[in-house]
Amino acid sequence: MTSLNQTIQDVFNEPACGKNQAKSEKERKKGCTKQLQPGGAAGGCAFDGAKIALQPITDVAHLVHGPIACEGNSWDNRGAASSGSKLYRTGFTTDMTENDIVFGGEKHLFKAIREIVEKYAPPAVFVYETCVPAMIGDDIDTVCKAAAEKFGTPCIPIHSPGFVGPKNLGNKLAGEAMLKHVIGTKEPPYTTPYDLNIIGEYNLSGELWQIKPLLDELGIRILSCISGDARYEEVAWSHRAKAAMMVCSKAMINVARKMEERYGIPFFEGSFYGIEDMSDTLREIARLLIERGADPELMDRTKAVIAREEARAWAAIEPYRARLSGKKVLLVTGGVKSWSVVAALQEAGMVIAGTSVKKSTREDKEKVKKIMGDDAHMFDDLAPREMYRKLKEAEADIMLSGGRSQFIALKASMPWMDINQERHVAFAGYHGMVAMVAEIDRTLANPVWQEVRRPAPWERAGDASWQDRALEDAAPDSSAKRPDTIPGREAA
Amino acid sequence: MAQLVKSTKACTVNPLKMSQPIGGALAFMGMRAAMPLLHGSQGCTSFGLVLFVRHFREAIPLQTTAMSEVATVLGGFENVEQAVLTIASRTKPELIGICSTGVTEVKGDDLKGFVQMIRARHPELDGVEIVQCSTPDFSGAFEDGWSKAVTAMVEQVVVDSRPAIRDARRVNVLPGCHVTPGDIDELCTIFEAFGLEATFLPDLSGSLDGHIPENFTPTTLGGTGPEEARAMGCAGSTIAIGEQMRGPAQALEAKTGVPFRLFERLTGLSACDEFIAHLAEISGREVPLRYRRQRGQLVDAMLDSHFHIGGRNFAIGAEPDLLFALVATLTEVGGKIVSAVTTTPSPILARIPCEEVLIGDLEDLEVGAKSGEADILVTHSHGRQAAERLHVPHFRIGIPMFDTLGAAHLVTLGYRGTRDLLFAVGNMVMHHRHHHAPGPEAWRDAWPENLPPGPFPAVEKELVP
Repeated sequence: MTSLNQTIQDVFNEPACGKNQAKSEKERKKGCTKQLQPGGAAGGCAFDGAKIALQPITDVAHLVHGPIACEGNSWDNRGAASSGSKLYRTGFTTDMTENDIVFGGEKHLFKAIREIVEKYAPPAVFVYETCVPAMIGDDIDTVCKAAAEKFGTPCIPIHSPGFVGPKNLGNKLAGEAMLKHVIGTKEPPYTTPYDLNIIGEYNLSGELWQIKPLLDELGIRILSCISGDARYEEVAWSHRAKAAMMVCSKAMINVARKMEERYGIPFFEGSFYGIEDMSDTLREIARLLIERGADPELMDRTKAVIAREEARAWAAIEPYRARLSGKKVLLVTGGVKSWSVVAALQEAGMVIAGTSVKKSTREDKEKVKKIMGDDAHMFDDLAPREMYRKLKEAEADIMLSGGRSQFIALKASMPWMDINQERHVAFAGYHGMVAMVAEIDRTLANPVWQEVRRPAPWERAGDASWQDRALEDAAPDSSAKRPDTIPGREAA
Repeated sequence: MAQLVKSTKACTVNPLKMSQPIGGALAFMGMRAAMPLLHGSQGCTSFGLVLFVRHFREAIPLQTTAMSEVATVLGGFENVEQAVLTIASRTKPELIGICSTGVTEVKGDDLKGFVQMIRARHPELDGVEIVQCSTPDFSGAFEDGWSKAVTAMVEQVVVDSRPAIRDARRVNVLPGCHVTPGDIDELCTIFEAFGLEATFLPDLSGSLDGHIPENFTPTTLGGTGPEEARAMGCAGSTIAIGEQMRGPAQALEAKTGVPFRLFERLTGLSACDEFIAHLAEISGREVPLRYRRQRGQLVDAMLDSHFHIGGRNFAIGAEPDLLFALVATLTEVGGKIVSAVTTTPSPILARIPCEEVLIGDLEDLEVGAKSGEADILVTHSHGRQAAERLHVPHFRIGIPMFDTLGAAHLVTLGYRGTRDLLFAVGNMVMHHRHHHAPGPEAWRDAWPENLPPGPFPAVEKELVP
């Protein structure tokens, strides 16, 4: 556990993280993990985060060393897409039982690795450490080392017991394992001045493939994507890239920063969401590659592609703009999406009624202000009742959020659309933005909203809706005048 | 009757099994204004939450004691206390149901003692039922967790009283975790037809049936109220559904003296006949016309569907009680079980009418389906990858069904539920019939010696003593 604690301290001491650098030495030692409130917490654990970050590596066997809960309750629940191997979707676990707890799970783990190597012959086995083996002191480093020597297959220990912290920490611990055991262990067959790493992109719903054709056209090679649609060897030789793009806020900043430090690969933080963000990202990729020796004409070609794609995207969005213009959106997400999606929605002529900044960093909040102006409606976590009140008071037409809060909108018969990782539609790049706008339009235009708000035959005209009654019950002294209709009710 | 064997693999591949604590949590979700609480790290709760949200497509109340590494080592009393207080003040529940998890069981946290101490220190919580049960992740399965949570509610909520006169019209019903909200609705209708008043412990039909709530409460909506549970000693009899409910039924009988009748299944003609005859007996009423007609419909459905289900090869993966109900019902119309895989030992497994039942995973089911040339795979949604590889239809049943609408409303019990199950399975087999259609070359090399051997080795397994 000492080495795990050191790793965690190391991760907390991230110099590339502005928020971290603003802290005092003492504060920094405490780490970025907020103390969770028992009975009032929500969100995944470090193991969840580690698995999210690495499972998209498609040809690896992901073996969870723990009792059945960790894998049995959660496997195959994310939509990371693969262009090749499907092994990553296979759930492997040691399913620890009482015997393992009493006698230790090391031999069991070793045997499990052997079975996987014999049956599935993966290029590598990733072994995830969960709470129970961490607690009973299974030495998974040694087991992995012995198994790797014996079977000739790399076995990578990922120290991610759930109780060390939240999902975000797990992302970083996964990154540390890649830095320590995988990155730099293989050499690519050849390199070019156009080799790019994309870090923190998971290819959910195949979003990476909305971007890849553009990079292909520009002659830019994704040497390694960590970890969407990646092969093990691609991650292993990612240290030979000329530049890197870091996606999705701070989840894997440690990987990007340490690769810059060790291998001199410069990186920038970019987003694939939104037309202008996408264009900025392409320009930045070209700029960094040119800086590292690519032919400067790359920039001209990039600009030409951007001009062409932007024109096409605007043309495709145009028919929707008329329908969506002035429609109000309530965004309940977090982190980077609190701003990256905002720009995209504004491009479609929509108005942002509010955005949540629960998981956002200070820079994220600054960006929201920059995009939306100082009077931006920003709010932290919302209780269901509050969320509904916001929907109502902000007179939003639609709520965009993650799957967990969907029912607040749906039960209140309000249009809702998923923009978090569970969604099934790809929203990246120019095509993705058109798809998102089309999806919002499809949602808003659905006649179902009018149908489900139809009162039951036994309700009398003039009766208050249950939502209004519930809000009134909750705030008896509220003098706020209650509007007669639910906003958006008249939306066609 | 089945020989019980278990896989000797060290590595579980594609788990069929889920863990005890979330089974327990689901049982607490069948109580009114309840908040289930998992005593473990926050991931235990988060995984369960996501699983249930995807299955039921509903907001799910489930909290965590958010154990950190340090708290885990030092013991979790403060976390449990704080969690209970936070839940009580924030969500005003009538019941908090606490399940332990693997990590807190390894430490040896004494939940029972914790609850006693919390009770002593916080008299303001007197109006809130606090139920706890021990459900380590490293033993048992989902079904066991459910059973333990219901037993805990019987032992900790039901009032220990033996009234002189019992109300024969009142029936306690203890449904297993394979009984869906739709199934409970169906049962309610049946009980009403016999003039019986049923108290379900727990009642998921009130809380997870997908209704539009009339409130923003973060706890469960609907479900059985604690006062109804407390009064279960006044009922005339108890009906338990599934072998998993024997423990709770015995506990209820021991505590209140209410006799129980356990129905191993309520799917299939003979099982339904027994059930309906029992209801006629305890209610003293004739079997209503509706059920006489429904029985006729089921018999006809069995006749119609046996052409398509009869002789077909089934590979079924489910928890013991559901597996028993499915195997028994399908074999009664001639279905052939080529692979039956389950999650956890249970006395019912020995009574399953097929050659062998394997305690294993979905890889074992896939191998068994392949070597047994299964025509259809019957298991929860995680079987989808195997079905794709095997090119066979996949009938989804059990928890989780995350890629299916209306999972909560799948009704498979009673005459009507059995009828619909046979139709659904029969249709699925029928619609994939083209896989077996002969071509001009089909019979040329059809003798067994010319068939290539299967690519998968046989499953390694050992007898369960």
